[in-house]
Amino acid sequence: MTDSVKLTGVTKRFGDVLAVDDLHLNVADGEFFSLLGPSGCGKTTTLRMIAGFEFPTSGSLTIRGQEMALNPPNERPVNTVFQSYALFPHMTIEENVGFGLRMKKVAPADIAQRVKRTLDMVQLSHRASASPSQLSGGQQQRVALARALVNEPQVLLLDEPLGALDLKLRQAMQLELKDLQQRVGITFIYVTHDQDEALTMSDRIGVMSDGKLLQVGGPQDIYEHPRSRFVADFIGEINLMPAVAVDRDSVKLLDGQVLMAPHDAPAGRSVTVAIRPERFTLFRPDAEIPSGRSSIAGKVIRRIYHGDVFLYDVDTAEGLLEVKEENRPNVEVFEIDSQVVVSWSPSAATVIED
Amino acid sequence: MTIAAGVRPKSPIERLLAANSWLVYAFFYAPIFLLIALSFNDNENVGVWTSASTRWYSEMFQQDDVMRALRNSLIVASVSTLISTLLGTAAAISLERFRFRGQRVYDGLVYLPIIIPDVTMAVMLLLFFAQAFNIIDGLFGSKPAFGLGTISLAHIAFNISFVAVVVRARLAQLDSSLEEAAADLYATRWQAFRYVTLPLIMPGVAGGALLALTLSLDDVVVTSFVAGPGATTLPVYVFGLVRRGVTPLINAVSTVMLAASMALVLISLFFQRGTGTVAITEEEPLEET
Ligand SMILES: Nc1ncnc2c1ncn2[C@@H]1O[C@H](COP(=O)(O)OP(=O)(O)O)[C@@H](O)[C@H]1O
Ligand SMILES: [Mg+2]
Repeated sequence: MTDSVKLTGVTKRFGDVLAVDDLHLNVADGEFFSLLGPSGCGKTTTLRMIAGFEFPTSGSLTIRGQEMALNPPNERPVNTVFQSYALFPHMTIEENVGFGLRMKKVAPADIAQRVKRTLDMVQLSHRASASPSQLSGGQQQRVALARALVNEPQVLLLDEPLGALDLKLRQAMQLELKDLQQRVGITFIYVTHDQDEALTMSDRIGVMSDGKLLQVGGPQDIYEHPRSRFVADFIGEINLMPAVAVDRDSVKLLDGQVLMAPHDAPAGRSVTVAIRPERFTLFRPDAEIPSGRSSIAGKVIRRIYHGDVFLYDVDTAEGLLEVKEENRPNVEVFEIDSQVVVSWSPSAATVIED
Repeated sequence: MTIAAGVRPKSPIERLLAANSWLVYAFFYAPIFLLIALSFNDNENVGVWTSASTRWYSEMFQQDDVMRALRNSLIVASVSTLISTLLGTAAAISLERFRFRGQRVYDGLVYLPIIIPDVTMAVMLLLFFAQAFNIIDGLFGSKPAFGLGTISLAHIAFNISFVAVVVRARLAQLDSSLEEAAADLYATRWQAFRYVTLPLIMPGVAGGALLALTLSLDDVVVTSFVAGPGATTLPVYVFGLVRRGVTPLINAVSTVMLAASMALVLISLFFQRGTGTVAITEEEPLEET
């Protein structure tokens, strides 16, 4: 696949603030790519540099192979969906959606037709002559989307577009957006601080912290195999156990137990073993652990009922471990203070080398 | 309901406050009503009421001096309003939307004419014109004269500040992502200004223009300093007449000026309010995805 957007060594400073630090990123054509990170990590700044609202302090930015780092926004084949929607309050919905085509001097008859088609797509044709202030938040959101998509950009940039909506609507819109992206086949670059949103929608996710891109990968890759403590912690709950590298295939826990876990750290280096709570299984102390699985003994000190799952805190020699067990008929439920064995398969463990 | 909600006896303090506001209103408006009433007095003598007539109004329209002053006022007001609105709007935009060298200083100085006392402003401008004319005389051998030109320039000088303040307030409220959205949708800088920024700050621009118009039509001090012989505006003319005693004619002229100013203020208020967006958020059931 060709690169739709490519950033090479892009850095952005605002005075003393290093907002984006030596960012390297390739976004493929037709991909749904999310930039995920906590507030202030430089996601918006990165997106604004792609849109042309900010210019990099250094580095190169190409769109479809063309160097664009210093071009103004109106010269770039990208469109933006703003977090505040930024609909023009003095224009009707129709005029808002047709604005880009009008600026590109498309024939009025074509504009009318394309606007109508795009409004149909977001199910808002019946509100074409309303003004933005007459629409609900969800409708305004879809107008903003239509206003960008009608131009058939090569890349669509979205900055937390669902941030202002309530949870139910947000979840519905996540699926709708993903659907839409697959139908129109346009590259989406999506900024969010919500890990669920990123996992739900993206083909690939880039996790950012402090202006740096820490890890890029598919949702499953990012979730199951975080390469740094930050990524592991930021996306969902995770158990971290200190260990020492033995060889390329195994590490030794504090209690001397050797685990099978592939990694690149040199022998003797201290590392961290990361395991998701749902990858643990609890057994009775006298139960027979299936062969090949690692395990550690402990005592349940807390149990939280979540409806679909039980969350246990288990005190072990490796510290407090969080265990998530599904609430299903054949899964045993343990009482507080009962002795248990926490067990996991080697593939569940990821070794983090920092 | 047995208890009338919100109705309770007024306290003495509330009564005092109410009385005070009536006093203030009387203080404001009694002179105005007196002026209007007396302008319809038939008697030559201002203080003595005889009978109602529009005699002074018709006389006003027959006096060449008054008409000439009125014409001058209108010329100066329209020229200075037009130019100061253009320059003041440009100043507001440059201060609010761009970063340039010396901006901080400019930012402070642009409001100076609002703060400077009228008399100081008048003397400054008089000195400035005199010096400038001397230099022009030295260079080209002919000296421009004081007159409508100098009055207009002086009015532009103070009106720019007022327009800039009003327009800038409006610009500051404008969400800058609207302009970014325009640029994102392929608008050039000029198109973004023309189709998005300008329509949205128009109430401010119109308000600023009307303020400039009002200030120009009202000005006495600066105008009388830089007017030169023969070029009198209406307020300066009235001021000159008053020195020879108040006549019913002055009352008539003043009433007309008052009516014109009030009309301008009303129009200005209408513009300021006109586009305050009213959010009529329609309640909608959960999106029918
Ligand atoms: N225009 C600006 N001027 C100065 N600092 C800025 C500007 N825009 C962003 N920053 C700073 O850059 C950093 C990254 O900001 P941003 O890209 O908005 O983060 P995010 O979108 O991930 O929350 C923050 O520290 C922010 O304060
Ligand atoms: Mg942001």
